[in-house]
Amino acid sequence: MIKFLPFAIFAALAVFLYRGLFLDPTVVPSPFIGKPAPSIEAPILNAQTQFNSQEMAGKVWILNVWASWCRECAYEHPVFVDLAKNRTNVPIVGLNYKDQSADALQWLQRFGNPYSNVVADVQGDVGLNWGVYAVPETFVIDKKGVVQHKVIGVVSEEMMATEILPLIDDLLGQAS
Amino acid sequence: MIPELGLYALILGFCTALLLGIVPLIGSFNGRSGWMAMARPAAMMQLFFVALSYACLTWTFIANDFSVLYTANTSNSGLPLVYKISGVWGGHEGSILLWVLILSVWVGAVAIFSANLPAVLLARVLSVLGLISVGFMMFVLLTSNPFERMFPIPADGASLNPLLQDPGMAIHPPMLYMGYVGFAVAFAFAVAALIEGKLDSATLRWMRPWTNIAWVFLTIGISLGSYWAYYELGWGGWWFWDPVENASFMPWLIGTALIHSLAASEKRGVFKAWTVLLAVLAFSLSLLGTFLVRSGILTSVHAFATDPARGQFVLLFLLIVIGGSLLLFAFRAGRLKGTSDYELVSREGALLLNNVLLVVACATVLLGTMYPLFLDVTAEIKLSIGVPWFNLTFVPLMLPIVFIVGVGSMLNWKRDKLEGRRNTFIVLLVASMITAALLGTQLYEFKITAVAAIALSVWVVATCIYGLVYRLRNKKNRLHAVMHTPAAFWGMTIAHIGVGVFTIGVALTSIYTQEDTVRMGPGVTHEIGPYTVGLASVEEVRGPNYLAMQGEFLISRDGKSVSTVQAQKRIYDVRRDLMTEAGIDAGLTRDIFIAMGESIDDNGAWAVRVQLKPFIRWIWVGTLIMALGGLMAALDGRYRMKKRKRESVAAKSSSSTTSAAVS
Repeated sequence: MIKFLPFAIFAALAVFLYRGLFLDPTVVPSPFIGKPAPSIEAPILNAQTQFNSQEMAGKVWILNVWASWCRECAYEHPVFVDLAKNRTNVPIVGLNYKDQSADALQWLQRFGNPYSNVVADVQGDVGLNWGVYAVPETFVIDKKGVVQHKVIGVVSEEMMATEILPLIDDLLGQAS
Repeated sequence: MIPELGLYALILGFCTALLLGIVPLIGSFNGRSGWMAMARPAAMMQLFFVALSYACLTWTFIANDFSVLYTANTSNSGLPLVYKISGVWGGHEGSILLWVLILSVWVGAVAIFSANLPAVLLARVLSVLGLISVGFMMFVLLTSNPFERMFPIPADGASLNPLLQDPGMAIHPPMLYMGYVGFAVAFAFAVAALIEGKLDSATLRWMRPWTNIAWVFLTIGISLGSYWAYYELGWGGWWFWDPVENASFMPWLIGTALIHSLAASEKRGVFKAWTVLLAVLAFSLSLLGTFLVRSGILTSVHAFATDPARGQFVLLFLLIVIGGSLLLFAFRAGRLKGTSDYELVSREGALLLNNVLLVVACATVLLGTMYPLFLDVTAEIKLSIGVPWFNLTFVPLMLPIVFIVGVGSMLNWKRDKLEGRRNTFIVLLVASMITAALLGTQLYEFKITAVAAIALSVWVVATCIYGLVYRLRNKKNRLHAVMHTPAAFWGMTIAHIGVGVFTIGVALTSIYTQEDTVRMGPGVTHEIGPYTVGLASVEEVRGPNYLAMQGEFLISRDGKSVSTVQAQKRIYDVRRDLMTEAGIDAGLTRDIFIAMGESIDDNGAWAVRVQLKPFIRWIWVGTLIMALGGLMAALDGRYRMKKRKRESVAAKSSSSTTSAAVS
């Protein structure tokens, strides 16, 4: 009977492989995913008003952490400019991290402004709450205010098309 | 027009493979020599059509024909020519077509170099290879057609993933595939032997160089992958135990066991059923590896969201090929009886220990690779198996193998009382320890683990050299004897010395690596070990299809300049992917590895990762020495003798087995 052992092991393995094909093989989630997004109450860049993240309730939105001193941010920026153009129903909030207002404004003028609001986080307090440790970082937040996705580093066009947009469409389809 | 020609050629190749897989096989059962004789020309035809098809796909890359969907997704007019050619296997469809091409090359090679084989055996071997080709070509034609057109035609292509725009990564897949697919030859022989119900020494002898060559390619392929990960991913590690790596490593472990068990089966007629099982497993694991990588079942986020048909197809193919051959094994292996016995302390005993350890090691890797999937399926728990687990289970299994590598290969067949060698072994063991202790004082810090590892490696090299000396002990003319030592024996000795070199590299790198992540602006220096690393400047430079921030680092020791290295953070034009090009000052006894992380503030400061990696080169030098040994063994003239001569030599060697060499 021992001669059947290799076959038996393989047969068991095959069952798992078959089941595995239909699983959603998501990567190990970061601690923020699936948790309520930290609230934001901070001044809006170049304005006297405050931004409050409760305004975003009922919307699927993106938080993009950037800074004018961050070179990689310029690389990913066109992806967000495109997104803002094509998907007006998905607000993108910019979190301007540890930056000077003048530099930030000049930077937006040069590269375009896809943001519905830019939060000025001069001291980095908001970033601290969101666990930001490298810029750029990008979060997708659903209608209930839960973080559904997080990208550390540059968002490439491919990532936007294959990961983020399908997720957003999913989230938009769900009832609030 | 050219893409259609390519598709047409592939369909013709498919039809030829179908003929090859059916007609000679049936002929071998009803004894029609005409049907069997079809095998060789059909194999050559298959190679011709597949090569033509592959050439057509390459042409669409070189000629920037972006009306072809695959080309548009994978290439770009701005890509350097060499990466257009290697880009053909840069995506799913092309890499499967490359797989089919390499399989066809092996089929053609078997057809060319097999004139001496018995007609029935040859017909069955080529038919089995033909059937495997049928499966893969169906996969390409039904689910992954690389010649599909798209409309409207884009102005330019989406370009190749920059990770693949690298010389190492360009030749890594073909090398790996040569190894994977090469095991198909041993597999075909094993299946033919199971059908026949017998496996004779001539057939085993015939399998050995083919298996060796496949193993050499796989060794080089895995080494290239490891080296590439080291200098390209920017982490400074050389092996991560990730599923894709494991997928290539498992067939290597079984292939290594197979090479050794083939030696015992050929020379002594033992372990025959076991050898056949290993041959089946080596190729099965190659297929499983392809499935795991191609389906993304374990790693990637988008496995089959786009096309579940592919995964199901490959799984069905696995079921037929692996399941079928293992069932065949279960029913027929009983007929493959060993023809002699042996005692525990003997060459056979050492080879058996080697085999058991390698197979158990492979099983632990398989378990570690599949465990997250098991948990996910049964309990919906997401979990990843980390490097510590693999190190904890795998390394203890490897240590005894390394320890016996030199001794085992100089034991006598059948039984060995170690006459006249026991004392030499003790002297060598003590000498290895003393040498290691002395060498240990010269390292960064005296550590007993490092001394033990060095002692082990010195012991391996010493016993290998003693094996050579012992072989020549009774020869009158030593020089003449050295010159006439068979290439297979040299190959074995060299490969085993490679194991010693590799062991030193792995041990000292993991014991003595220093790693610091520091904030560095221009003018800032950082001390690591006896070295000082300073950032001289950061500036923007332009490459052929990327823009890079390049940091220039000065490395000095005791105030004397050692070298200057450049590390880059690249952004590629078309896809806007970011890449880290590490700056490496390579050396025989240490590498200094510098990678730029992220820019931290507006004063030009960067997060920089600086690492000191002692003896890391020895890892790849060791694996290359192993590959060189395997190649020498494969090229041994004794495997290529004409039929008549071979028989007389076989008779002679079986009468004087004690002095014959393994490997």
